[in-house]
Amino acid sequence: MYDIVEARPLARNIKLFVIKAPRIARKQKPGQFVIVRLDDCGERIPLTIADADPEAGTVTIVVQAIGKTTMLLCMLQAGDKILDIVGPLGKPSEIENFGTAVVVSGSVGTAMAYPTARELKRAGNNVISIVGARSKDLMVLEDEVRAVSNETYVVTDDGSYGHKGLVTDKLKEIMATQKVDYVLAVGPVPMMRAVANLTALEKIKTVVSLNAIMVDGTGMCGGCRVLVDNKSEFACVDGPEFDATRVNFEVLMQRNNMYREQERQSIERLQSDPQAEVDRLRRKHHKLGRELEEATGVTCE
Amino acid sequence: MSETTPAKTKPKSNNPLANKERIKLPRQRVPEQDAGARARNFQEVNLGFPIDQARQESLRCIECPNPGCIEKCPVSVNVKGVIDLILAGDFAAAAAMVRVDNALPAITGRVCPVEDQCESGCVLGKKGEPVGIAYLERFVADWERSSGHFGIPKSAPSTGKKVGIIGSGPAGLACAGDLIQMGHKVHVFEALHELGGVLVYGIPEFRLPKDIVKHEIDVLRRRGVEFETNVVVGKTVTVDELMQDEGFDALFIATGAGLPRFLNIPGEHFNGIYSSNEFLTRVNLMRAYRFPEYDEPLYPCKDRDVIVVGGGNTAMDAVRSALRLGAKSASIYYRRTEAEMPARVEEVHHAKDEGVHFVMLVNPVEFLADEKGNLTAVKCIRQQLGEPDDSGRRSPVATPGSEFVVPCSVAIIAAGTTANPLIQSTTPGLATTKRGYISAKEDTLATSKPGVFAGGDIVTGGATVILAMGAGRKAAKSIDAYLNGLAVLN
Repeated sequence: MYDIVEARPLARNIKLFVIKAPRIARKQKPGQFVIVRLDDCGERIPLTIADADPEAGTVTIVVQAIGKTTMLLCMLQAGDKILDIVGPLGKPSEIENFGTAVVVSGSVGTAMAYPTARELKRAGNNVISIVGARSKDLMVLEDEVRAVSNETYVVTDDGSYGHKGLVTDKLKEIMATQKVDYVLAVGPVPMMRAVANLTALEKIKTVVSLNAIMVDGTGMCGGCRVLVDNKSEFACVDGPEFDATRVNFEVLMQRNNMYREQERQSIERLQSDPQAEVDRLRRKHHKLGRELEEATGVTCE
Repeated sequence: MSETTPAKTKPKSNNPLANKERIKLPRQRVPEQDAGARARNFQEVNLGFPIDQARQESLRCIECPNPGCIEKCPVSVNVKGVIDLILAGDFAAAAAMVRVDNALPAITGRVCPVEDQCESGCVLGKKGEPVGIAYLERFVADWERSSGHFGIPKSAPSTGKKVGIIGSGPAGLACAGDLIQMGHKVHVFEALHELGGVLVYGIPEFRLPKDIVKHEIDVLRRRGVEFETNVVVGKTVTVDELMQDEGFDALFIATGAGLPRFLNIPGEHFNGIYSSNEFLTRVNLMRAYRFPEYDEPLYPCKDRDVIVVGGGNTAMDAVRSALRLGAKSASIYYRRTEAEMPARVEEVHHAKDEGVHFVMLVNPVEFLADEKGNLTAVKCIRQQLGEPDDSGRRSPVATPGSEFVVPCSVAIIAAGTTANPLIQSTTPGLATTKRGYISAKEDTLATSKPGVFAGGDIVTGGATVILAMGAGRKAAKSIDAYLNGLAVLN
């Protein structure tokens, strides 16, 4: 079991967690992810690593409560535990000095784009960040992104903060005024597709980070397969980052809808009594902790 | 019993019958859950021998001087000795005797392809039916578990050497069992959250209940084996880091079968199409059959047509699982004929009894879907058997113009696996085969890196639980020799 060291709300339904996981903290690189499972009845969900502290042995993840597992996770506090966390998985982001790099992120995607933006800056790029969200209360890590970017633009769909409009409007503006060498887009699939369509017109190297449904995260099941150049590739081991022009976003969206009905049922179950679910999870963790001690303490001649 | 004819030439035997009487005894039929009922539940199909049947079956053994059963067993279990202890009524001693050679008797007693192994070596099989060795092995293991007595063999004194085992499947567990007995410190790394590898993610509950796997692992833990889950070697830590920074004196790589093989035909990305690995992992490891109590979702099989492409044991596990999930129809689509199917005869027989359809000499060529990308049908082509291929089996050849479309909502591809490159690609100097598996010497399982051994499916490609266990035992022997400085194995 793994301790939650810190749990801090960042925005509406978005929470930051710092989790003790020394092995992962030591090895992780920007662009990689972990898979977590909250308790013994839980599913395994992939979450991008937003940051890590190898000295303290912790990794940071930013979670938006959108499904049953993320909702339950977002109800946990510092001092709580999660049963399983495994990683770092996937290939790290490709970091080199491209020249001018635009990092486009939507909502919780900003947490995933942030460490890569930081490394791009460190590699000498002129980093321009476009941070988007539907509205102000869904905006996360703006200050962190600003600190590692040469320029930062904030965009909201409803105009409640920064520029009103879409991140692609801003990107189009930037492309019109200067040479862009590299684009990274992380966020909702329609946003990544729109970015890909836009940059393809000028043949700008564009990378997207795909949020496919996964089980094991090691290439064993093939559930996360995405159509890339009309061939199956696995987001967990071949990605999660892919060349945007090669990705079939329609298929990604279709596959991400595969369990819509079951997800609805699970959310309904959770919402009928959320506190009871959290209490049950804490009881289970407590019991498991005791059992683990007993199991490892026993010796046999 | 003492009044019956004693077996004159074998004074120490606990079998009171003469050989000519023994060979007249019919093989005991193992009780099974009724086919109609079991096809709709995930409880175990075979119920196992009660004591009287175990004894009755044991009486059939004629105690050959050179037992073919032991010779044919990949881990050389002393079958003859175990049967004699069953007849003596000392089941705990029988269990301990099995465990000397086999760390996982309750498991192998359920999943071994015995018709090709121990039972094929039984002399009774030449004229009639062999002794039901697997059922007897399972009997002693189950008796041990239910009695709470552990037939744990004594370990040698501590050697102070530390061995890391990568993968907690059958190869890793068998290796761990032997190494701990030799007095080495053993630490097992597992990538998933649950221990057991294919025993928990692959083989379904109705063939191998998870509690049994858990019990066997608990026995290893009691014997001193340490387990660490959630470590993907190659990602979380590398082989070199384990050897250099974490102080392991030797490593055994037993990461098992790798990436799923797909058919590479149009439409394979549609919703409702699974690799057998994913389907079985969702159902077994993640317990999707108990949704919504367990969170894991599964694309619905209930009241729908499910097809499984393939003819191996994995295909049988998948199709029988689909049936238990309430499929309207569950069918095997195989490109050769039943005679070439690699699945165990017993599994095929069970599947048929439960109502699985077998469609032979067909091959899918395209999947069809609705506008949402949900699978609606599969287009197949009929096959004929041509010349034998490398495996000696006759290759299927498509019959031009014989395409036909079958409606289905779920399709599961059980077409085998290819090597997972995670460790090979992150371990400089580790030699691999042309197909990407790890190269290991056949007699010692030593790899190209000193102190690093490999065995099981990551060396051989997809095989069986017991062959993987055999590799685990072989590795334990060479690792022990290596640690004792007996031989330069690389």
